[in-house]
Amino acid sequence: MSELLLSPEHRYAKIIKENLNEDGSELSVLNLGPTHPATHGIFQNVLLMDGERILDAEPTIGYIHRAFEKIAENRPFYQITPLTDRMNYCSSPINNMGWWMTIEKALGIEVPKRAQYLRVIVMELARITDHLICNSILGVDTGAYTGFLYVFQFREKVYEIYEEICGARLTTNMGRMGGFERDWSETAFKKLDEFLEEFPVAWREFEKLFERNRIFIDRTVNVGAISAEKAMAYGFTGPNLRAAGVDYDVRVAHPYSSYEDFEFTVPVGTSGDTYDRFCVRNAEVWESLSIIRQALAKLPEGPYHADVPDYYLPPKEDVYNSMESLIYHFKIVMGEIPVPVGETYHAVEGGNGELGFYLITDGSRTPYRLHFRRPCFIYYQAYTELIKGALLSDAIVILSSLNVIAGELDA
Amino acid sequence: MALENQQIQDKLVAAFDTDVYNFFQDKDVFTLEVSADVITPVILFLKNDPELRFHFLTDLCGVHYPDNELERQFAIVYHLHNWYENVRLRIKVFINGENPEIKSVSNIFLCANWMERETYDFYGVNFVGHPQLKRILNMDEMISFPMRKEFPMEDSGRTDKDDRFFGRTPSNA
Repeated sequence: MSELLLSPEHRYAKIIKENLNEDGSELSVLNLGPTHPATHGIFQNVLLMDGERILDAEPTIGYIHRAFEKIAENRPFYQITPLTDRMNYCSSPINNMGWWMTIEKALGIEVPKRAQYLRVIVMELARITDHLICNSILGVDTGAYTGFLYVFQFREKVYEIYEEICGARLTTNMGRMGGFERDWSETAFKKLDEFLEEFPVAWREFEKLFERNRIFIDRTVNVGAISAEKAMAYGFTGPNLRAAGVDYDVRVAHPYSSYEDFEFTVPVGTSGDTYDRFCVRNAEVWESLSIIRQALAKLPEGPYHADVPDYYLPPKEDVYNSMESLIYHFKIVMGEIPVPVGETYHAVEGGNGELGFYLITDGSRTPYRLHFRRPCFIYYQAYTELIKGALLSDAIVILSSLNVIAGELDA
Repeated sequence: MALENQQIQDKLVAAFDTDVYNFFQDKDVFTLEVSADVITPVILFLKNDPELRFHFLTDLCGVHYPDNELERQFAIVYHLHNWYENVRLRIKVFINGENPEIKSVSNIFLCANWMERETYDFYGVNFVGHPQLKRILNMDEMISFPMRKEFPMEDSGRTDKDDRFFGRTPSNA
């Protein structure tokens, strides 16, 4: 075995010594990652291989750990949103909104209906981009590049909508305590309408390309399957859990931001394998589209943010022209806002599952403790078990079907 | 019939008497405190009781309270969830500040494995009975536990930036 890679005391060394084959060949050690083009992120797995079959894996994570929880303890609440952007960067608006809703719950702010509906729209757009990337990358990993390139232009269209809403594209830092920083422009709604018209056509074609595709089915059915019990024990949530047949969805279990106003189904799979995960994500995209349409149809008139001058920055003209606004502006920027002492847990249905925020406030301008429940971090534990006995190329497919995002894994 | 807070409290008090205390409804989550030495039986009881059925460990994390008395300087917080009745439960366990130690629940919930490693990594809490208690996000060579409150956020020798203007310091906290 390669002693450059592993020390002689490593547990693999013993296994290799005990399992010499009769023909003189031996088990080998393969270092997959940390930077490998097929893993779409920074993951290292030291694999013990018998030919092309994986016998064991040792994952190492933390390569892009940025100590968000520590930084958050030293930042005022509104400066923490940019940190949440960088967790699951494929669907940052969900993280942003989840964080705002956590503070609003802690402070007891009631958000107006219009802002809630707008949040639902942007969160579902984010879910679409998240699933779109995951599924199309899964296509790339099984050898179908076309689908990826074809639907990727629609992520660009969604980013243009984000740009209209908040000015940013990937790391959005969207919204404020109590709503949005500005009302959505005409252009944003126009672009949204265009997207709703063009995207379903392309998504239908994308689905047709894969769903009954012989190569795709051969590569994904019964690959990386997990039972419902195992998935729950490993803390799976989101599409990966639903693919195993459990219909747990935070949007239904604990509706936030008026999700109870919309009709949608929670798609579930049966076997929890890669193909089911793909199908569940596909189906969820259709549900998201339907939720966006319902929200647009029912979108109420009214303010786009709550009337909470203690927490919501006043318009800049008012700061220059009225005393109250100047005082509030000063107090908010200097962090002199009233914060009740207490603990809050709020969860939203992120792209990958239950994204939870556990916030402890002690009355000061910064959180006393903020813990992110990152779905990726929790279910990536199961990866070792999922790839045991699989082929090397299956390990890549399983990783991308779990949609493990390094930013969320490491936080 | 939905699972009522009172029912949870009555069952726990009947089974564990004075080791479970401080029950209260904290916003939308029912919260209680548990003595550190009975944490595994309590969690097993909550998981296996046919009425309680808290079968899902949502979250596990640590909190550091350096200003508390020595016996209560670290808290381990468990968030459990019963999907059948859709009820959440938060359990707080306070442990010693000098030698933080608690029994591992990783044999009850598989997902607790990495969450406990993360807590160990950041707070130095020793989870007794954990199969592989080593650092997970930080590098193995690290000697400190960075989420403890005494650990400085930035290099203390830095002079170009006054921390008072960027958040918590002992004087403005």
